[in-house]
Amino acid sequence: MNDLGALFMRAALAENMPLTFFLGLCTFLALSRRPGTALGLGVAMIVVLGVATPLNHIVYRALLAPGAWAWAGLREVDLSYLSLLVFIGIIAALVQLLEMLMDRFMPGLHAAFGVFLPLLAIQCAIIAGSLFMVERRYNLAESAVFGLGAGAGFALAVVMLAAIRTRLAYADLPAGLRGLGMTFILAGLMSLGFSAFAQLVVLS
Amino acid sequence: MADVTPALRPRPQRLWRIVSEPLIRQNPVTVQILGICSALAVTTQLATALTMAAALTAVVVMAAGIISLIRHHIPNSIRLIVQIVIIAALVGVIDQLLRAFLPDISRRLSVFVSLITTNCIVMGHTESFARRNPPLPAMADALGSGLGYSLVLVTIGALRELFGSGTLMGQPVLPTVEQGGWFEPLSLMLLAPSAFFMLGLLVWAVRSWRPEQAEPLDFAPPLRAEEVLR
Repeated sequence: MNDLGALFMRAALAENMPLTFFLGLCTFLALSRRPGTALGLGVAMIVVLGVATPLNHIVYRALLAPGAWAWAGLREVDLSYLSLLVFIGIIAALVQLLEMLMDRFMPGLHAAFGVFLPLLAIQCAIIAGSLFMVERRYNLAESAVFGLGAGAGFALAVVMLAAIRTRLAYADLPAGLRGLGMTFILAGLMSLGFSAFAQLVVLS
Repeated sequence: MADVTPALRPRPQRLWRIVSEPLIRQNPVTVQILGICSALAVTTQLATALTMAAALTAVVVMAAGIISLIRHHIPNSIRLIVQIVIIAALVGVIDQLLRAFLPDISRRLSVFVSLITTNCIVMGHTESFARRNPPLPAMADALGSGLGYSLVLVTIGALRELFGSGTLMGQPVLPTVEQGGWFEPLSLMLLAPSAFFMLGLLVWAVRSWRPEQAEPLDFAPPLRAEEVLR
């Protein structure tokens, strides 16, 4: 249990997806103008990462991992080179399904962050969550916690960035630095701050 | 990513214009904010940055060519899935090639080669240009963007490796203190934050050079004191 807690903290803070691995930066930068949209994106990320990572784990173990077909007498079969294609398909299907379910049962929530869902089908942070899950050999519980933690870390970072950008909206920046340039430097400063969490997780 | 569809019979200078446009004026990274994820993660060394740039350029050119060839046969409703599958298959091939011939660099690039699949540059070009244009202009357009992306990657990779460890492509350039020279490596350059800073400064430099790329103000700034007094 303690290990899972540490894994959550590690995924959310020490290995923050956008700030230390540069994953999902396109949406991270594009949708961080206002805190409201940033919060919607963050919640959508938590849900999709939290569901997609364990789901991909199950599929990978059952069909793709080396030796997964041993029960059928095909001991040599190793389909792991197909994992990227399969993960992308599963994530796209999952996002579509989530959107339909939310539209049916939670129309309010769907209106609030439904616009971000289709974007997440090809978001690198989500696919990277599944790829890291394979690379680091997480089990089912660990991959669920890792997915949720990574989503929570993304949400935290994007909301914080949006808050800072709103504060800076009236700042008198040099023309060339306005918008994208300043956002990169802000992200760099936040990344500097988040690198302090690396120590925190090692100690606990 | 030009909006205008060029004439069906491509002329050499038009092709050249399509290729050269994204290098600086319409650079995918600094102007269109596409494909930033990998631009930052692989630039601690020049060698990885070059490999990544070559891999992405190869994928985007081939994907644009293939999708442009079959553009009349893809039903509109499932085109995204078709495009993703084609791109993912090409990325799979490149990944296996790198593993076979450059195993060392492939290990350092870790998941980022696979993530070319979700690189917005590739999807952006197949979606906006290749599915409406013949193969030659489509591939020229893709090549231009690939080169624009490579330019940014190589610049940042060279600067980070030079100042972070005093080498270029693994060859010592600035003699470090450890080897009896004068250069103290800036280890911050090898960490995540400096990648953001470098790209931010690069964007600033490009936009100061070409002021027309600067973004408009979000809000009108409040009047300055001297303007009120005037």
